Amino acid sequence: MDKPLSAFLDLNNPQNVVAYQSTGGYEGFNNALKMQPQEVQQQVSDAKLKGRGGAGFMTGMKWSFVPMGEDAPKNKYLVCNADEMEPGTFKDRWLMEGAPHLLIEGMMIAAYAIGASVAYVFLRGEYRLCTTRLQQAIDEAQAAGLLGTNIKGSQYSLKIHLHTSAGRYICGEETALINALEGKRANPRAKPPFPQVVGLFGRPTIVNNCETLCNLPSILKNGVDWYTQLSDGADTGSKIFGISGRVKNAGLWELPMGTSARQILALAGGMQDGLTLRGWLPGGASTDFLMPEHLDTPMEYDAIAKAGSRMGTGLMIALDNEHCPVGMILNLLKFFAQESCGWCTPCRDGLPWAVEILNRIEAGQGKQDDLDVLQQLCGFMWIGKTFCALAPGAVEPLRSGIKYFEDDFQQHIDHKGCRHRH
Amino acid sequence: MSSLIPIKQVDFGGQQMANYRDVLSSKEIVAIEHECSLYESRPAAAIDALQIVQRERRWVSDESLYAIANMLGMSATELEGIATFYNLIYRHPVGVHVIHLCDSISCWLNDYQIIANHLCKTLNIEFGQTTADGKITLLPNVCLGCCDKAPALMLDGELLENLDIEAIDSLVQRLRGGKNG
Repeated sequence: MDKPLSAFLDLNNPQNVVAYQSTGGYEGFNNALKMQPQEVQQQVSDAKLKGRGGAGFMTGMKWSFVPMGEDAPKNKYLVCNADEMEPGTFKDRWLMEGAPHLLIEGMMIAAYAIGASVAYVFLRGEYRLCTTRLQQAIDEAQAAGLLGTNIKGSQYSLKIHLHTSAGRYICGEETALINALEGKRANPRAKPPFPQVVGLFGRPTIVNNCETLCNLPSILKNGVDWYTQLSDGADTGSKIFGISGRVKNAGLWELPMGTSARQILALAGGMQDGLTLRGWLPGGASTDFLMPEHLDTPMEYDAIAKAGSRMGTGLMIALDNEHCPVGMILNLLKFFAQESCGWCTPCRDGLPWAVEILNRIEAGQGKQDDLDVLQQLCGFMWIGKTFCALAPGAVEPLRSGIKYFEDDFQQHIDHKGCRHRH
Repeated sequence: MSSLIPIKQVDFGGQQMANYRDVLSSKEIVAIEHECSLYESRPAAAIDALQIVQRERRWVSDESLYAIANMLGMSATELEGIATFYNLIYRHPVGVHVIHLCDSISCWLNDYQIIANHLCKTLNIEFGQTTADGKITLLPNVCLGCCDKAPALMLDGELLENLDIEAIDSLVQRLRGGKNG
């Protein structure tokens, strides 16, 4: 299978602009430049590319809401969401460290498609090596005449700037990210208006995930048919999948969309010796638990949803039999409680409340009605009750954890303690 | 054990804002002005400016905060709301070296608590504190994106992965004995 995302990825010595061009790099952008922006949008729509940040929204459709043509606002923005902070997720770091020009080219194609003349990479502050490598790639592209004014003699001009954030999960939410870029406290914004119309500094703005943008060069270079045939399943293209936890070889692989979770676990060599799999999160901390019997589910958006979870970032987390499910859920919920921006009440107060109860249960001081309160909290923090998706994301492992590991919760309460070593 | 210097309550009411040129170095001013040039508004450079100043001074004092607010044309309260929002902006003095230990799920599954306990014991401090000699500050951090090489920590911006007790011992020894430490 072709591996458009990782074929030339090199963590130790990533391709510079010359090496990248010698292996077909920037050909996708050159093709885009010969097309009308709307034609580029159409090609990405036809390729059925879905956002790889977690929500899986159709990229072409997202772009289609941006005002285009003569009457459209003059300033528009493209932002790459590289604020990768979903626990258990490390794919964007891999792409940026190993193939920085792939992202830059993807951003150039997206910016051209929506008519943006300025683009920002919103990069996680902790990713220092990405900072160096992306800045170098931007500088190289600039020096090679790929960025700047009237690129390759066309009417199109583009600047790309790198913004390094300073560590806060909510900045990955696109409207919070826009507030952060404007130098405001990163609370999410009310929608509508949607960022495609009123975004950064009030201008039409597209925020796309890093991996999503990395898919664009090959779509524009090789065409829709080639891209859709990368996978046999319901979703098109390839995806960076991976797994962490106590498996033999945790890691990342570029695989066709729809690869089963079992195959991903097998690529990691299975669980470490002596351990069995108790449950798994399909794509980061904010996705519902699935069980070993779900391992044959194809990793694609609808199939994982049908199994009761979300594909999320596609980076699985494996829970082994030596670790306590209650302890795992407590760790996840502590993260969300800490990272809540505090803007709306259900999230700000509900998450610490859930953590308090889980702490008590794990310490052997749980009461029977604690489980009812946790269930209630799941309802209070669900979609529609909160301002953004952070709290509903936190609810996912909590509600599914209570469902699948009910016996473990009950044992903690009945036996006043945790029987697990960890 | 903590050598955190208690900072005075920030008074955003009556204090007259100093001119930023009296506080910030020309190097800092040039770097912040460059960031301002990349956005439509000056306050948009807030987080960059805080990081620039922190790189030079290790942390962001009240005085620096007032100066940056003044330079960017925003209120100190607004800037404080941003500075305290982020995990990597230090509003307290920190040691020469800062250790951020990941405490998220993949590191939890790989028993980061053993590393955490060993660090606290070896350094004789709790999380959020600095060693008495002012050399090392220990802080927790959310997922560092090293989940395939857990447990992991970030030392002064550099990632250290696949940690074990031996790695921590040699790290602490290096930081204590190093000529910069």
